Amino acid sequence: MVPLSWYMGLSAAVFSIGIFGFLTRRNIIIMFMSIELMLNAVNINLVAMSHYLQDIRGQVMVMFIIAVAAAEAAIGLAIIIAIFRNRATVHVDEINEMKG
Amino acid sequence: MDLELWNLAYSLPELVMTGGSLFLLLLGVFRSGRHTMSVATLLVIGITALSLRNVPEGVTFSGMFVVDGYSNFFKWVFLVSAALTVLVSGRYLESRQENHGEYYALLTSATLGMMVMASAADLISLYVGLELMALSTYVLAGFLRNRTRSNESALKYFLMGSFSSGLLLYAISLMYGFTGKTSLTAIAAAVSDGDLAGNPLVMVALLMFVAAFGFKIAAAPFHMWAPDVYEGAPTPVTAFMSVGPKAAGFAVLARVFTVALEPLQTEWTQLLSVVAVFTMAVGNVIALSQTNIKRMLAYSSIAHAGYALLGVIAGTAEGLSSVMNYMMIYAFMNIGAFSVLILLDRQGTDVEQLEDLKGLSKTKPVLAFLMLIFMFSLTGIPPTAGFIGKFYVFVAALKAGHTGLVIWAVVFSAISAYYYLRVVKLMYMEAPAPEATGPVEVSLSTRLAVTVALAGVLVIGLYPDILLGVSMTARQLF
Repeated sequence: MVPLSWYMGLSAAVFSIGIFGFLTRRNIIIMFMSIELMLNAVNINLVAMSHYLQDIRGQVMVMFIIAVAAAEAAIGLAIIIAIFRNRATVHVDEINEMKG
Repeated sequence: MDLELWNLAYSLPELVMTGGSLFLLLLGVFRSGRHTMSVATLLVIGITALSLRNVPEGVTFSGMFVVDGYSNFFKWVFLVSAALTVLVSGRYLESRQENHGEYYALLTSATLGMMVMASAADLISLYVGLELMALSTYVLAGFLRNRTRSNESALKYFLMGSFSSGLLLYAISLMYGFTGKTSLTAIAAAVSDGDLAGNPLVMVALLMFVAAFGFKIAAAPFHMWAPDVYEGAPTPVTAFMSVGPKAAGFAVLARVFTVALEPLQTEWTQLLSVVAVFTMAVGNVIALSQTNIKRMLAYSSIAHAGYALLGVIAGTAEGLSSVMNYMMIYAFMNIGAFSVLILLDRQGTDVEQLEDLKGLSKTKPVLAFLMLIFMFSLTGIPPTAGFIGKFYVFVAALKAGHTGLVIWAVVFSAISAYYYLRVVKLMYMEAPAPEATGPVEVSLSTRLAVTVALAGVLVIGLYPDILLGVSMTARQLF
């Protein structure tokens, strides 16, 4: 059987890739995909732990995370479309009307 | 407190709010007139408040949902801020041709999310409530679809908000991995039994909890989104966002830290102390250089999060009840200040620059006086409620032995007087700009909101026992 620590290592790696992508990429869609990576890293963690602990709560949490991530995707893409209609860009550095 | 599998009586206010929110969504399709929608929303909030008065206290839904004095008090804060926001929204949205029914449905579902957060006794229900609140407020921030600044505000809020919930989830998964529990009380027991206080991964989880909740309450260094989001969002939404989600953030932050992470109290006290001082410094110092009022109030809201954190850091029952008071008082004074800005609104253009307030005492003396009271209250000058709020937070922190922190807080609060009173100086000591003499929009509901906020600020300021009595009894049931 694959030990739990491998799953946690995989999860930590995916989560770090997500954070790195979010902080370095400047395309909104890719930043958004990085956030999805972070959420899925958490899902890997929870499912592995839930199996290891023989406890169902972790998997229940995963169900909620998947459902919420879907809602988040709907709203995020709606916001991106609203911006694209007004500004015709998906580059965050160009969306900087307010600062200071 | 008896533990039942499920008992709907405990969650009656939430059920009413859910039904009401769906009803408003439907109503908005058929009749989206401003009066119909406002009255219907106030009705929904009113019925929720009635059911909140009679709700029994206890734990239900397999220990996921707790009703106690603490959660009920926060729910009152949310309902008050939602009701005031409804009152100030109608005219504002109408003048921008954006008066759609779904605005009110989103507002009530955001409020519902906050109510679930306040009652969350489990990390799962906490997450679901938090996301319901956050997703609704992202849309509200971008509600003026055709204005690029509103779009930008929604985008920034969305990106930073989802990033912070990613951090929160990772922290939750680590805590679950180490304790095998998601319930807050069970986590506390497992952490102290398993002696996990020194475990580096538990410390990582703690750091991520601080970061995630720091985002929600706009504490530095997790505050970067706040000024842009507050500036670009529609003003009534800004008023709501600066009060509701912040209070909800404090509700879960205090509950998670004092219940689930209670065994790690020395660690999180140190962390939060650094965050609090940094928050007060950033909020107050950067606010000094702002020329846009909404941005200035955003930094002021960051600073206020810093003061309120002192109550959580104190960690005592008294500290918690002082945070509860602070949030209620902050709701009145901050929404009051934003309502004055909305009343000054000139047919679809926001009054945003500090310059626009020049000589207001000559052109609109009543509004200038109201703004003066709210600015005094935000500074913390007696006899306004702002003074009472700060006073009890500082006393609680002093009693818990955090003298150094209180000294910092007092110093920064003295600095804050500069930018709050600069508004007063502009209104009372400068001549009005020639073009600034347009008539004030007569919006009865906005005036009602300002009056309620003013009454809240003055009554709590003069008779603090009313509020203190409620929150004192409330915190004993925590």
